[in-house]
Amino acid sequence: MNDSNTAPTGGSAIAPGVFGDNRQSLDIESEKVRIDVRNLDLYYGNDQALKNINMKIPDNRVTAFIGPSGCGKSTLLRCFNRMNDLIDSCRIEGEILIDGQNVYDKAVDVAEHRRRVGMVFQKPNPFPKSIFENVAYGLRLQGVNDKRRLTEVVEGALRSAALWNEVKDRLDDNAFGLSGGQQQRLVIARAIAIEPEVILLDEPCSALDPISTAKVEELIAELKHDYTILIVTHNMQQAARVSDFTAYMYLGELVEFDDTAKLFTNPQQKETEDYITGRYG
Amino acid sequence: MIERTFDQHISRQFNNELEHLRQQMMAMGGIVEQMLRQAVQALIESDTALAQVVIDTDDQVNQIEKKLDEECTLVIARRQPAASDLRLIFAIIKAISDLERIGDEAEKIARWAISLADYSRPRNDYRELELLGHTVLDMLRQGLDGFTRLSPEVAIELKNQDKKVDQEYETIFRQYYSYMMEDAGQIRRILDALLVAKSMERIGDHCKNLGEYVYYLVQGHDVRYETARQMQDSLDLESSEE
Repeated sequence: MNDSNTAPTGGSAIAPGVFGDNRQSLDIESEKVRIDVRNLDLYYGNDQALKNINMKIPDNRVTAFIGPSGCGKSTLLRCFNRMNDLIDSCRIEGEILIDGQNVYDKAVDVAEHRRRVGMVFQKPNPFPKSIFENVAYGLRLQGVNDKRRLTEVVEGALRSAALWNEVKDRLDDNAFGLSGGQQQRLVIARAIAIEPEVILLDEPCSALDPISTAKVEELIAELKHDYTILIVTHNMQQAARVSDFTAYMYLGELVEFDDTAKLFTNPQQKETEDYITGRYG
Repeated sequence: MIERTFDQHISRQFNNELEHLRQQMMAMGGIVEQMLRQAVQALIESDTALAQVVIDTDDQVNQIEKKLDEECTLVIARRQPAASDLRLIFAIIKAISDLERIGDEAEKIARWAISLADYSRPRNDYRELELLGHTVLDMLRQGLDGFTRLSPEVAIELKNQDKKVDQEYETIFRQYYSYMMEDAGQIRRILDALLVAKSMERIGDHCKNLGEYVYYLVQGHDVRYETARQMQDSLDLESSEE
């Protein structure tokens, strides 16, 4: 058969790459900024856990935070929805702007802010309620009690979390009857149900088996079309698979923040290179 | 530029695996280099026994290529290498493919050496082929050396030399063409000699590729289809930023 019959006509002669585009690399400078971290310092008492963090996190992308234990990645993640406010000795300086608004501004309503910035933790934490009520919980808090509206939102959120087909016939069952992977997706559905803008994932797969992990990773790829996603992970391959941008942190500092493809093939900082290749620091 | 070393992993086993792959590739390069040297010698000295040695060695090179491919695949599957480790394995996979082809070309030269031994020799004893053969042999040594010294400059050097090899091949082509016009009875012999020159020219291309893999391994930048000038500019830019 003549090869020319199958050759693409017009446009680029190069077929889209495995990642669906012809990009060589993503340019962080040309991305639309969703979260702007400026000169952020964080102290637990006298210990400084975050040191002058400056980064612009792009909109509708997945940004991964990697680094050894104690590097400050989870602490930084918790700053985005003010979870660190709950720790008495914690003191924060600098700014985090989401859509131009400093989340540490005194005028910010923390409960409303946490609605906009949802969070999912390492260990799935469903409430001791039915599957339906778990997802409906946030809406009920907001005063929504209309049965039809709740049903719509719960179904939509469960579909978005790729869980609907597995639970649609047992919505009234207790959520604790679900597997760990299903519970984690349920918790993600619960976060989505209140329509956040940003989703924070703190090691969401570290308690899950490989198949559940793959399902959550698949879900992350779907969700980034609608949400800005930040993920902390100990699993570097996971960061390489799911994220568009990766931040490497070490001892409270942001060492390198770049296109994931570039960071994992040609990092610019020796500390990053040593960490991702598993060398002594 | 980050200083590259391929040891110091937390996993000593991983160090050993990468070092083993690199050593095996260098050993393969050594065998191919010997094949090429012997093929050129067999041609110049009409030594058909030596040519046969080259032909017999080719299968050994093919088997090493297969084994190394398999080992690289295994290391990727087991270690999920990143950054310079990943680039090292990628460069090795690419390099052994070029080395295997250089082996094939050396084998072809050996076969034509046997064929040419049946004919009377020209007055200059194939001096032009001897010179071209030694040039590409030197390029091969430089390419392999680049993998040991991890010097990206070798890519620029080999790119420039490859250009000279191409020009030399053109000269030989025109020269042989005129010989064939002068004496139709010599066409068969001269065609064989021309194929030898063509094989050497191809070896030059493969050696140039080796240099590009070294550059990619060290700099993390794919310089295939770039000019020597562009490569030099990238290196200059990087050193000026440091």
